[in-house]
Amino acid sequence: MSDKVAFELVSPEKLLFSGEVDMVVLPAADGDMGVLPGHAPVIATIRPGTICIYEGGSVTERLFVAGGFVEVTQERCTVLADTATPVEKIDAAAAQTEAKDLSEDVSHAKTEDERAKAELALAIAEAKVQAAQNPAYK
Amino acid sequence: MPSLKDLKTRISSVQSTRRITSAMKMVAAAKLKRAQEAAEAARPYAERMERMLGSLAAGVSTDSAPKLLAGTGDDQTHLIVVMSSDRGLCGGFNGSIIRAVKKRIDQLTSQGKTVKLIAIGRKGVSLLRREHRDKLVHGFEELVKPYPAFDQADAVVDKIVTMFEAGEFDVCTLYYNKFISALTQEVTPLQLIPFASATEAEGDEEASDLGGAQYEFEPDEEAILKALLPKNLSVQVFRSMLESFASEQGARMTAMDNATRNAGDMISSLSITYNRARQAMITKELIEIISGAEAL
Repeated sequence: MSDKVAFELVSPEKLLFSGEVDMVVLPAADGDMGVLPGHAPVIATIRPGTICIYEGGSVTERLFVAGGFVEVTQERCTVLADTATPVEKIDAAAAQTEAKDLSEDVSHAKTEDERAKAELALAIAEAKVQAAQNPAYK
Repeated sequence: MPSLKDLKTRISSVQSTRRITSAMKMVAAAKLKRAQEAAEAARPYAERMERMLGSLAAGVSTDSAPKLLAGTGDDQTHLIVVMSSDRGLCGGFNGSIIRAVKKRIDQLTSQGKTVKLIAIGRKGVSLLRREHRDKLVHGFEELVKPYPAFDQADAVVDKIVTMFEAGEFDVCTLYYNKFISALTQEVTPLQLIPFASATEAEGDEEASDLGGAQYEFEPDEEAILKALLPKNLSVQVFRSMLESFASEQGARMTAMDNATRNAGDMISSLSITYNRARQAMITKELIEIISGAEAL
């Protein structure tokens, strides 16, 4: 067995990352999940958050995802993300205004459906702000 | 015999038509390139989604499976989603897909099934409305604009899922033009509900790859399936949207190329007629002058 994980990050629009890495930390639905080579096969949902890619004991790349799925097998780890952006490309100020606008949307929502949608968008925006301001796993 | 002036106006009108068609061809070619790239870029996601869903579906027993995966167990009401273009002037692009859909409708109605239609693209809406107004449930016009995007596919899927949950149909099939090359498109039916794995055999292989190991699920299988199935629908619709868009540009490019060539042919044949007529007129005038001089 190789001592690397074949990690792939794909969004509907394109393939964002593909390569061999030491470790990946994923924001899974029930808590962060580290994937090392030889991980047990898992399929999990991903909450909005940051994916950290480790190379040689430190984080080499951080990618923000708005949600999605992950499939882990012994050799590979595939993330199907809804949208993904490198953390350094997030505009913190813009993300903050977005979050503020969305929180207004939540309070103004008329129907249950609208509220649920707005809340979902708000959670993503808040996670984005979080990702831009204090990146996890230094 | 048309007069010289008539010929001249005709030539200049065909010339301006040619200018327009050749410009449209160029635009379609540029868009085609982009559309093709987008279609190729979206492929990895769809493939991996299929693989994941395949391995998920293999582990689920049929009776506990959600309806989106297993279907309603009936096939009385069919929903056909038609992917067409918003604009015309693209050869047989819309015609061929509508023809295939109409054939399918006739086939289903003769079997006593109920058919419902959703059309994407203004051309599809107007072509289907003429004959099948009663069956057309919803038409998306000007949806794919300017380029296909994922949220557009989401809007379509929202509609489909809402209808499915309301029990308005049992089987859903999507008809779209699959992009093969700039010259050829192929009308392709794709069954959306219930989920039909195109790579079922491959799924088995995957399972043996894992040495029979079962996946663990987080949070749990049902929740993942519930989230993954609508997502898969969006991905499939998005993918066919991209394919259809690329096909449309290809078809338009070919059609406009033909039109440009035809206009060129027409111009040269009209020019020949024009020159002949001009020469005949000169000869006639000369004869008149000469015979006039001889008479003196």
